[in-house]
Amino acid sequence: MLIRLLNTSNLIVTKNWLHKNLFSSWGSALITIFCLYIVLKIIPAGLDWLFFSADFAYNFQGDKIIDRTFCSRVMFPGEYGACWAIVIVRWNQFMYGFYPVAEVWRVNIVFALTPLALLPLFFDKVLFRKQLIYFTFIFPFIAYYLLYGGPGLTEISTSKWGGLLVTLFLGLTGIIVAFPFSILLALGRRSKMPVIKSISVIFIECIRGVPLITILFFGNIMLPLFLPDGFNVDNLLRGLVAMTFFAAAYMAEAIRGGLQAIPNGQLEAARALGLSYWQSTIQIVLPQALRISIPAIVNSAIGVIKDTSLVLIVGLFDLLGIGRAALADMNWMKLSHEVYAFVAIIFFILCFSMSRYSLYLEKKLKTDNSI
Amino acid sequence: MTFQALRIIFFDEKVRSIVIQTLVLGVIALGIYFLIQTTTYNLDKRGIDTGFEFLKNPAGYDISLSLIPYTAEDTHLKAYFVGLINTLTIAVAGCFVATIIGFTIGIIRLSTNWLFRNFAYAYVEATRNVPILLHIIFWYTVLLGLPKIKEAAMFLKYFFLSNRGIYSPAPIFQEGMGLVFASVITSIIFAIFLNTYAKRKQEISGIQLPVFLINSGVIIFLPTMVFIFQGMPILWDHPTLKGFNFKGGMVIRPEFIAMLIGLGVYTGSYIAEIVRSGIVSVSKGQREAALALGLKKNIVMKLVVIPQALRVIIPPLTNQYLNLTKNSSLGIAIGYADLVHGFGGISLNQTGQAIEIMAMVMATYLTISLTISFFMNLYNKSVQFKGNT
Repeated sequence: MLIRLLNTSNLIVTKNWLHKNLFSSWGSALITIFCLYIVLKIIPAGLDWLFFSADFAYNFQGDKIIDRTFCSRVMFPGEYGACWAIVIVRWNQFMYGFYPVAEVWRVNIVFALTPLALLPLFFDKVLFRKQLIYFTFIFPFIAYYLLYGGPGLTEISTSKWGGLLVTLFLGLTGIIVAFPFSILLALGRRSKMPVIKSISVIFIECIRGVPLITILFFGNIMLPLFLPDGFNVDNLLRGLVAMTFFAAAYMAEAIRGGLQAIPNGQLEAARALGLSYWQSTIQIVLPQALRISIPAIVNSAIGVIKDTSLVLIVGLFDLLGIGRAALADMNWMKLSHEVYAFVAIIFFILCFSMSRYSLYLEKKLKTDNSI
Repeated sequence: MTFQALRIIFFDEKVRSIVIQTLVLGVIALGIYFLIQTTTYNLDKRGIDTGFEFLKNPAGYDISLSLIPYTAEDTHLKAYFVGLINTLTIAVAGCFVATIIGFTIGIIRLSTNWLFRNFAYAYVEATRNVPILLHIIFWYTVLLGLPKIKEAAMFLKYFFLSNRGIYSPAPIFQEGMGLVFASVITSIIFAIFLNTYAKRKQEISGIQLPVFLINSGVIIFLPTMVFIFQGMPILWDHPTLKGFNFKGGMVIRPEFIAMLIGLGVYTGSYIAEIVRSGIVSVSKGQREAALALGLKKNIVMKLVVIPQALRVIIPPLTNQYLNLTKNSSLGIAIGYADLVHGFGGISLNQTGQAIEIMAMVMATYLTISLTISFFMNLYNKSVQFKGNT
């Protein structure tokens, strides 16, 4: 083994690699040394703060942490790392908001089933994909029943929802509900009928031209004014309506890109074969266009997930909102670094994995010749 | 008319298209009619005024950051303009910072040095996968953690750093400063003329003038000389600690700095990716051919690679500028006094006239967006291929 490692050819390869990538010139060598210095400074310090000198449930004396005064880093500023107790103690809030603790299992089931429902949409080589697709279609109803309640389950008002639950609910539901609308908008924008076309263009450009926060305000303040008496739309639903509008406009543009990439001959050939507009659109054009635009759709989906954090401004408690609520608690205030780091890590995991997925799709589309 | 005839008429594409469009228009008109009905009813019931009369009423609230003179007695309309100016300020400053960060990181992403390149990659992935709101709130918290005003940290002798902002000396222009500004403008006009002249001369004769050298010389030399001959007409107003606050000088508020860093860092990582893919899109052959012709490396970059990369870079860059401008509305989360915070927030709460105010705010953002994309489209046209497309 050792002999193998020290094999001269290996050494030469390594040496060549080092020479080419790190020490190709004096300038490059200086930069390498500078970067190495920073890496050696930052990474140990970061790991130290995050893990090795951090408090989890217990502080350095072995006491259980029940408020901020027990945190090692509050007792000895500068000597200890993060105090994760704020996240651990409020774990339920970060995940489920103010959902009754006794009913939290319902949310957990939904969390566990969500990947199962999304799997057949994301990957085409999944075992039992055809059966899973049926599940995907009934999943929203199951999720609604479990989360909101109904016959046999106590009803839990959406004002109690919060944390990761709200972030995922707004993000995923917004995207899923917006998807059919975005297809219609994209088709409408390319329609030959002037009325349909201008309505689509006005909708898309108006939504894309204003900040999401004004759309959220719009939903929050103006929706109640627009609706007749007796209709009372709850806060979360108003947020969802705004997120859906927003997602639909952005996804429509992504899909339009895909539609533009399909040569006109495809539609013309389909029409020549006697298919109607809808037949040729649904069976010929859309399958090809959607395939091309999936990476762009995933990218706008990432944007939507990140932008769900804005709902905290209209008084909903998403992950970031719950974090801010935790910091407003007298017992835990000033532990903002921990809270923001935790929220950032969760968003990073969600968005980074999605962007990897979109890269994987792009690569796959490039190598696929079946289009 | 028989059923058959009806069938034929219905399947005629022109007829059908008109029928569908009239139906859609009708449904929308009906919808709008009901919306107006219920809305007026609701407004009446809640006793909310309508119309734009409220703009003339005194706003009654202070705005912490205002570039034009403003007091609480001023009107809502004035509050609107204060907010608009603040929005535009942060948008322009943010675009500037984001562009610098983006181009720097984007070029580092293409470095031949493996470690350096991956440094930039880590930066991009770490920043753009976290919501912009979290960026802004995080930087704001960091800035609020700076020393209190009484223990403000002094740096570079005249500057003070505290959790209420960065205090710096403010220039007070004396008589004669007008001439200095005039000389700056004159030298810039001269530079533009020289530029056009040099370009024409090069096209005709092929002779290159050292334009950059001459221009930078003129722009630096002329105003400096005027400044010295006018007897250096500037006084500095230094910030001094009096009681609980600094008096005099200039201050940059932490809200502004947090917005600037947040928007710059977040959008910068997107711009970095745009710049990188733009440069990558220029085919290797172009660079190799230019090098083979004997051009120097920096000339190849300036005359061959960047002009072609710009064609790919400009359209998505426009989008990022638009996004940044829209994201500047997140200042409301940390109390940056922009359009949404002051006019769209406090004015709205005081008057209750949500529809008028939201319409004004949205129309303003739409106008800003359309203006930016208009100018960027003009610029885009100037960098695209000329002639054969």
